[in-house]
Amino acid sequence: MAVCIAVIAKENYPLYIRSTPMENELKFHYMVHTSLDVVDEKISAMGKALVDQRELYLGLLYPTEDYKVYGYVTNSKVKFVMVVDSSNTALRDNEIRSMFRKLHNSYTDVMCNPFYNPGDPIQSRAFDSMVTSMMIQVC
Amino acid sequence: MRAASARAVLRRADWCMADTVLFELLHTEMVAELWAPDPDPGPGGQKTSLSVLESMGFRVGQALGERLPQETLGFREELEVLKFLCKDLWVAVFHKQMDSLRTNHQGTYVLQDNSFPLLVPMASGRQYVEEAPKFLAFTCGLLCGALGTLGFQSLVTASVTALPACKFQVVIRKP
Repeated sequence: MAVCIAVIAKENYPLYIRSTPMENELKFHYMVHTSLDVVDEKISAMGKALVDQRELYLGLLYPTEDYKVYGYVTNSKVKFVMVVDSSNTALRDNEIRSMFRKLHNSYTDVMCNPFYNPGDPIQSRAFDSMVTSMMIQVC
Repeated sequence: MRAASARAVLRRADWCMADTVLFELLHTEMVAELWAPDPDPGPGGQKTSLSVLESMGFRVGQALGERLPQETLGFREELEVLKFLCKDLWVAVFHKQMDSLRTNHQGTYVLQDNSFPLLVPMASGRQYVEEAPKFLAFTCGLLCGALGTLGFQSLVTASVTALPACKFQVVIRKP
């Protein structure tokens, strides 16, 4: 269960950003922003490595004392950043991967929506409800 | 056993062929619709219609550029993106690959299709060469949009000397 999910455009501005504990929103925005540097590092590091199969999933970007931040980049250089609670040790790598895959599929659906202008903030309710299903349930 | 598999192959071929025809018919109607209100709009009106078709293709190309590439980050350089256009994109939209790709290695690429599916039903030779550009506008936009999503600003133009062969010239703009 994620605490914050963000979709960042290739020009590095947020297309969609949502976090659950409403009062600490700014802190999560800041975390996502700082993680963009790490994402760029990973992408350029992968570019130099002569590996044929480079993955879209970037893995753990950096851990803090309370949270872990994971990243994923698409072929169109759109980045997904997910912040997860550190105390939630039950979440495994392949669960994070499947959450990113769902995000990617929903983002592709948003792109194919004729009412969506690429580059605009995402306002699709279907995308919203998919993200809600992935976020932590805070009462 | 062989009869069953032969039937299955035929059924799949029918389905594939029906698929292509549907898009061709829709595309023909799109062009006809944009030209219909003013059968002789003059150079200004024609340009608007061409740019409308191109912008439609652009939006479709943007969406395809997001949906088609595979699950791995395969595009290390320009040439790989162009190969993706010639193979995967062309197969997805027109069920065939581009016939040839040439480049001057300085940002200009010429994609040649010797039997472009949208022109095949029209003629085979020099008849209707003047009418052909309006049937290529959507596809130019498609290429431009797909390149845009994959990170390259480009200018795409098409030229026809003898149907149904056509050439698309792609010039990648350096940032």
